[in-house]
Amino acid sequence: MAEKAKDKTYRLHLMVCAGTGCVSNHSYEIKEALEKEIKKHGLENEVTVVPTGCNGFCERGPILVVQPGNIFYQQMAVKDVPHLVEEHFLKGRPVSKFMYTPPEEKKPVPVLNDIPFFKKQVLIALRNRGLIDPEKIDESIARDGYKALVKALTEMTPDKIITEITLSGLRGRGGAGFPTGLKWQLVRNAASSNGGGKYIVCNGDEGDPGAFMDRSILEADPHAVIEGMVIGAKAIGATAGFVYVRNEYPLAVQRLSIALDQARDYGLLGSDILGTGFDFDIQIKRGAGAFVCGEETALMASIEGRLGEPRPRPPYPAQSGLWGKPTCINNVETWANVPMIINRGAKWYAGIGTETSKGTKVFSLVGKINNTGLVEVPMGISLREIIYDIGGGIPGGKAFKAVQTGGPSGGCIPREKIDLPIDYESLTEAGSMMGSGGMVIMDQDTCMVDIARYFLSFTHEESCGKCTPCREGTKAMLDILTRITAGKGTEEDIGLLQDLALSIKDSALCGLGKTAPNPVLTTLRYFRDEYEAHIRTKKCPAHVCRQLNIYTINPETCVKVGRGCDVCRRNCASDAITGQKNEAHVIDRAKCIKCGVCFDVCNFSAVKVD
Amino acid sequence: MPKLKIEDLEKIREQVKRTTALREGSGFRAKVNVHMGTCGIAAGARTIMNALIKELETRDVHDVLLTNSGCAGLCSQEPMVTIEIAGQAPVKYVNLTEKKAQEIFEKHVLGGTIVKEYALGIGSEKTDY
Repeated sequence: MAEKAKDKTYRLHLMVCAGTGCVSNHSYEIKEALEKEIKKHGLENEVTVVPTGCNGFCERGPILVVQPGNIFYQQMAVKDVPHLVEEHFLKGRPVSKFMYTPPEEKKPVPVLNDIPFFKKQVLIALRNRGLIDPEKIDESIARDGYKALVKALTEMTPDKIITEITLSGLRGRGGAGFPTGLKWQLVRNAASSNGGGKYIVCNGDEGDPGAFMDRSILEADPHAVIEGMVIGAKAIGATAGFVYVRNEYPLAVQRLSIALDQARDYGLLGSDILGTGFDFDIQIKRGAGAFVCGEETALMASIEGRLGEPRPRPPYPAQSGLWGKPTCINNVETWANVPMIINRGAKWYAGIGTETSKGTKVFSLVGKINNTGLVEVPMGISLREIIYDIGGGIPGGKAFKAVQTGGPSGGCIPREKIDLPIDYESLTEAGSMMGSGGMVIMDQDTCMVDIARYFLSFTHEESCGKCTPCREGTKAMLDILTRITAGKGTEEDIGLLQDLALSIKDSALCGLGKTAPNPVLTTLRYFRDEYEAHIRTKKCPAHVCRQLNIYTINPETCVKVGRGCDVCRRNCASDAITGQKNEAHVIDRAKCIKCGVCFDVCNFSAVKVD
Repeated sequence: MPKLKIEDLEKIREQVKRTTALREGSGFRAKVNVHMGTCGIAAGARTIMNALIKELETRDVHDVLLTNSGCAGLCSQEPMVTIEIAGQAPVKYVNLTEKKAQEIFEKHVLGGTIVKEYALGIGSEKTDY
């Protein structure tokens, strides 16, 4: 296939999204159908189909982008293919019914760049998304892949590479935002004991609920990560590297393996890379799905074949990492940025972003948002721009309530802070954190106490149990939150939660425990009234905590509008509703199990919840 | 696969860029539009299209967008091609053959001189009213 791409000019390139989201929506079947139809019309020498990494607009998948022209087709199905091939690729008439129409507009927008979702994005880490077949190293090379490596190996000293990364202002994209150049300097300076050797690690153990940027980068552009790691290896003097990636990411593992093999074949990995005398190779280590293994000391333990448990720091991995050797751990997105900085220079990179946070950040938008997907934006962009301009706002015209950033270690940022410019400092100040870049959007129907309970149940479940504050503390907090959502909370609970949260933050062993209380602390800070409503009046303002809901039927609406349609009575599992057709129906509160089915099935809004 | 040297990497880049560059969209100096309605295809537009693809390939041209569209409304004079150099009025060529298409590509698209003997006319119908 690589030969074919090299030799052949096609008039049209059909870029089919083959990220995990679109693949699970049958994009490979669409690719096959396209190839079949193209052949049927004898177009196989004019039109080629290229599977690419994630396009980002996952909400609208499966996605097909036609080049040249950047024509964006969305929500494609196999049955649409014959019509599309005949109309567009044979007769040259783009088909508007497969194009995307933004909610506030009437006409479809044919060109990708004109779609609001894509307009404000700046692609650095995701520079090759939708443009290359990730399984063909040649296509990556054509997009300047491994160009920075040549520069780093032939024109730059290790110190020069580190200076460049330091001046760029790049900070760790995995969460804490440690300056990357400084980390590299520390590992370079660290003396290696017993026989020498240093290691490079790529942390791809992405575990935050709703975060999928690392998976997407590995799937769409594995060579960007490999190239970044080889450059890092040259800078710190490492000869071996590991990519730690979750076993739950089969496509990422597969594409990375292919990429590593191809890079090795080309002599871009292994001994004497590109004839420059530099040796370095990379292995894949698959994680078994423990959230705590994203923590660097636990991750290293897991690579060494030990139980994935964190240990106290110092010593930091820069001094004593894998097998006691100085080790440089950076996250997938961080590595993917490195080649661009070497290619285009620190000054260019530092020109993007804010005073303290340079460059771009990839965010995954999930939850109550119209345009679910993956976006890369310059640091300093406001939450409002991400949620409304790019994300397309909240479905059903509902009100935005809060956004959870940074996964279970992060916090909830309320509506009042929607104009917050996003960078490491502003998010920390707001009580949350950058984290790996997951953004869970919540609307008016979300109960913030329930959200805190959900995240605590996650961290409690994922706590490795090694240190007491995390093991017992998250359990105690989870118990209190469960109690409050069941209407059994007391006045003292809020204070107790606060005390527990602060002492866990101070005393837990690793980042997982130290940040686990963040969802509780931020919801207490911004949504204290919701806690109080649950405790004092035994009400859930969002009506999410069903145990606190009281369902009643408005007799007037039931009869006059609904004509006593009887649907609620027939659907009630506990026989709590009485009434006949054309009559008002009544709920017996003693029998009601608060399942909410009557509320959901009533077509006339006669069932009320308080 | 023998290990690459730095020059080899550059060679691959140049070679593959030639075929993938058109994915990156903008920057086309000229647009060559082969009319491929049923009438055009029946009259041999596909041969014209393939000849033009070959021209792009052998002459290593990256700044020309080759595309197709439907019937231009003059079915009796197919195959037809419309050539539009950026900033200039489009020119329609009619009754084409492979040879004529190659000549037009060389003289008009690359050389900038309209091949009058094959041209139907300059300009297009009004589309905004």
